[in-house]
Amino acid sequence: MMAMAEMGAPAIKVEEKLFQNRYQVDAGRPHIKIRPHETPSKALLSLTYTCPAGCYSLNDKGQVEITADGCVECGTCRIVTAKTREIEWNYPRGGFGVLYKFG
Amino acid sequence: MIKERFDAIVVGAGPSGNAAAYTMAKEGLKVLQLERGEYPGSKNVQGAILYANALEKIIPDFREDAPLERHIIEQRLWTMDDASHVGMHYRSEDFNEEKPNRYTIIRAQFDKWFSRKVREAGVTLLCETTVTQLLRDTNGKIIGVRTDRGGGTAFADVVILGEGVNGLVGQRSGLRPELNPDSVALAVKEMHFLPREVIESRFNLKGNEGVVIEAMGTITAGMTGTGFLYTNQESISVGIGCIVSDFADNGTSPYALLEALKNHPSIKPLLANSECKEYAAHLIPEGGYYSIPELYGDGWLVVGDAGQFVNAVHREGSNLAMTTGRIAGETVVWLKRRRDEMSKANLAEYKRRLDETFVMKDLRKYKKIPDFLHGNKQVFGLYPKLFTDAAQTWFRVDGTDKRTKENEIFKSFRKGRTLPGLIGDAFKLARAWR
Repeated sequence: MMAMAEMGAPAIKVEEKLFQNRYQVDAGRPHIKIRPHETPSKALLSLTYTCPAGCYSLNDKGQVEITADGCVECGTCRIVTAKTREIEWNYPRGGFGVLYKFG
Repeated sequence: MIKERFDAIVVGAGPSGNAAAYTMAKEGLKVLQLERGEYPGSKNVQGAILYANALEKIIPDFREDAPLERHIIEQRLWTMDDASHVGMHYRSEDFNEEKPNRYTIIRAQFDKWFSRKVREAGVTLLCETTVTQLLRDTNGKIIGVRTDRGGGTAFADVVILGEGVNGLVGQRSGLRPELNPDSVALAVKEMHFLPREVIESRFNLKGNEGVVIEAMGTITAGMTGTGFLYTNQESISVGIGCIVSDFADNGTSPYALLEALKNHPSIKPLLANSECKEYAAHLIPEGGYYSIPELYGDGWLVVGDAGQFVNAVHREGSNLAMTTGRIAGETVVWLKRRRDEMSKANLAEYKRRLDETFVMKDLRKYKKIPDFLHGNKQVFGLYPKLFTDAAQTWFRVDGTDKRTKENEIFKSFRKGRTLPGLIGDAFKLARAWR
């Protein structure tokens, strides 16, 4: 398997991509929650790189955390962890969340 | 609670929901449509290519005012390695016809236009309204929906679910199983803006002519997936998608993959000096025929991506969405006229009608392809590399005689995949394609 570095891709910050997007953030009401855990499963851990909006990160205790503000509501994390039931996923309230200008 | 009772409630205002709602309202049915986004299209993502035929069957004169970008006169299919691509291009003046066959579109704009048509046909549309639950009577028949608008409810004879690939309502109501990460792709895409004359000169176009590129190869880093680049009037849509479980196993982030594609020497000059104005991600149901869930039941029908109606081989989805939506709408109108109940037995007519269309015929034809592509990663990594290497051997003039070059090419294929491997792959593909 080829690593990205070998493909000549520059380091990319997903935040810079998300900066282009429009959101209506539902302050204080995150639509995705991670259930409290000691050690994340392989599936939950994979979200730190599969999430296209980079919402998931590891804290210094080795647990997975989420900041859902940049979420694009694709549902990848929901289906990846469907079996382990480690996250609780709902749509943002009507009107909130990502607002695609072009889609 | 909405006091009024409706003939039908449509969940979602994408292509499938709009097609269903429009078809029913045009025939005089009282239709309520619910959309969770601030405006139709605000949650929707597509490449995007519009297939005229499917829309013509709903709105024959759509070309008069629909926001169309470019009609496609050239299709490029590329297999790529890190430095090269081998392409098959088809360009034809025949595509410069009075009623072009395919157009690039910008979905947020197109969905707003389609939704306006739907409302003009008489549909009541409520945006910023998420359906949270399906309501049933004591016999289990679906009779309405609950929404997050103050917990309000609405009732109808039938509920049509056009809630998209990540449709929670039907799933959480037990109408269909959870998506399988092996048969759903995650695609990411950016919108790059350039002056229209720059796009026209880079792609050899005039007026509203357009080009699409579909690509596979080492760009997906060994995963099952494809990349694309579509020309719009003043922008270029560029994106890449792979199967979700491949991303999880591979350790690659989708945005790094997109970045690598944009920086590929065959793509980079096409995007030079452009301004990116949006980054989007969306799931695509690519499991095909075997992933299609139950499509109807007592008081409900499912249409579009929620029903897994995507032909992954031909990159078709919106036309299947519109066609399933239209046929669901026509079925409901037909039952209504006959004063028949919206029961499971009667709504089976929807599936019977779908079976007669390209939708089910194509998905049935390719039913073994998703498994083939997922289980044969050499199609995405090894073969593109063998093809591009062969092209280089063939075209580089270096004093080596042609027979030696031919032998080198054959040897590279035998070494890369072994003779039984090559024959086996050809056999497996032919059998899956049939």
